Amino acid sequence: MLPGVQEGRGTGMAPVIEARGLTKRFGEFTAVDHVTFRVEPGEVFGFLGPNGAGKTTTMRMIQCVSPKTEGSLQVFGMEVDGHESEIKRRIGFVPQENNLDPDFTVYMNLLVYSRYFDIPREEADPMIRELLSFVELSEKRDTPIEKLSGGMKRRLILARALINQPQLLILDEPTVGLDPQARHLIWERLRELRSRGNTIVLTTHYLEEAERLCDRLVIMDRGGILVEGQPRDLVLKHAGTHVVETDDTPEVRQCLERLGTRYESIGGMIQAYTDAPRDVTRTLVGECQLGHVAARPATLEDVFLRLTGRKLRE
Amino acid sequence: MNNPLRFLALPRLTPRVFHVWQRNRDVFVKTYRVNFLPPFLEPILYLLSLGFGVGSFIPEIAGVSYAQYIAPALVSISIMNAGFFECTYASYVRMYYQKTFDAIIATPLTIDEVIVGEILWGATRAFINTLIMLPVLFLFGVLDLPWSLLVIPFAIWAGLLFAAIGMCFTALTPGIDTLNLPTFLFITPMFLFSGTFFPLTLLPKFVQYLAVALLPLTHVVTVIRSLTLGIPSPLLPVSLVWLSAATVLAFLLAVNLMKRRLVV
Repeated sequence: MLPGVQEGRGTGMAPVIEARGLTKRFGEFTAVDHVTFRVEPGEVFGFLGPNGAGKTTTMRMIQCVSPKTEGSLQVFGMEVDGHESEIKRRIGFVPQENNLDPDFTVYMNLLVYSRYFDIPREEADPMIRELLSFVELSEKRDTPIEKLSGGMKRRLILARALINQPQLLILDEPTVGLDPQARHLIWERLRELRSRGNTIVLTTHYLEEAERLCDRLVIMDRGGILVEGQPRDLVLKHAGTHVVETDDTPEVRQCLERLGTRYESIGGMIQAYTDAPRDVTRTLVGECQLGHVAARPATLEDVFLRLTGRKLRE
Repeated sequence: MNNPLRFLALPRLTPRVFHVWQRNRDVFVKTYRVNFLPPFLEPILYLLSLGFGVGSFIPEIAGVSYAQYIAPALVSISIMNAGFFECTYASYVRMYYQKTFDAIIATPLTIDEVIVGEILWGATRAFINTLIMLPVLFLFGVLDLPWSLLVIPFAIWAGLLFAAIGMCFTALTPGIDTLNLPTFLFITPMFLFSGTFFPLTLLPKFVQYLAVALLPLTHVVTVIRSLTLGIPSPLLPVSLVWLSAATVLAFLLAVNLMKRRLVV
């Protein structure tokens, strides 16, 4: 390994995932285009991006279910090609789509899954009891899958992903379609797993989720990585501390340009990105004669929309 | 990538194949009452209506009673249906609607192992059906012992063939509706024209050749009839060779076609 690459994030340990120039093509279409990133042990690493950005494809390559087209991808220090089963044995995966086994009860889902990892029944049984209590599903042990609510299914999938005591947990849109209670429960559990030293990789387009959970993240678009960093740093760097929202008029634009403030026009509104919201607001109100102006803290969503644009993605 | 031989590549397998088989067995056992009834009732109904009903107009066929003549065909058809339908509609539902295969390949299992486990389960269904049918047929007095006992291990082989053929169609079908095509264009004609209910020799010569060249059921019926009557058919060696080759071919094709479909 190159000496320069090894210094990493101060942990001194080998990265859990290391991708260099990782590329995936489907025929003419390039889904993932030469991405380079590394995930350190014990961190929560997020992949953000609009639909079709290449997040899920990247997850599938890490999971060894989709072969890469080009570049290098190492998981646990092993090249993915040729080490699929060894790598998968140490990964827990929460898919975007619910793929619990509808032919079985809650308990049987976990038992059948434990067998795929060659876990003997005597070990699986206490583990299943512990996991069901971890995701608060102990009472649902003998319930058929179809009788579970969406949030319960999600929690069961999380429990299933933990059955092999994975060193790396991969979650693809873990809380999509959940109500706030269910979402918060999942977040709480993920934080608990993190505090136990698990490495977690997740994709999401809920920016609040990324902001709350991720130590580090990348924003992907059109198969490439646009930015990488800690959520707070990314907000400061790309949006400033605050966003001032106001009406889109030529006077406002002139004012902002005079101030040298970065802004964008969105749906008849101006969004100005600044570290000095008071000054900007005072100037706008005092010198530009406008009625409507509001300042709010900048969020990851501002960064996301600035970088990936506002066009609807199909 | 365009080398046609890649469709005959050997699968990489570990004993974990068994876990896929186990999963399907567990579902089967859960609903065993429904599953055991058809192979038990089917031979009784067919034997009563065709064997002893239609058969009462047929004093003798190929030297035996009509019931004796069609009994091995009933076993063969049951093997065909068990293997074929398990690995077409049932596998397709698990693959496409239930995402069961996706869930399994996130574990140490490979797609090769999932497909082989499914095919082995299809063969097991054929074996179970045979196991239930034989005692019923025996009670009707249409089986020769001990030769008929060899039908039991042979059922696994023939089941494997039909399961693998079914899996090839599952790998190729655009959707679940188009699985009706092989059912109507392949399985139904085979059910009627494979020397099942009347001797092949009644058919025009070229149809006979087609049946021998292309229809696996012809060969399965030949083998099983030789065993249940205790009289080897002159076609028996040909059938055994044909079945050996077809089983290997269909098995390898099934695994590789499914890989082409699922590994993206």
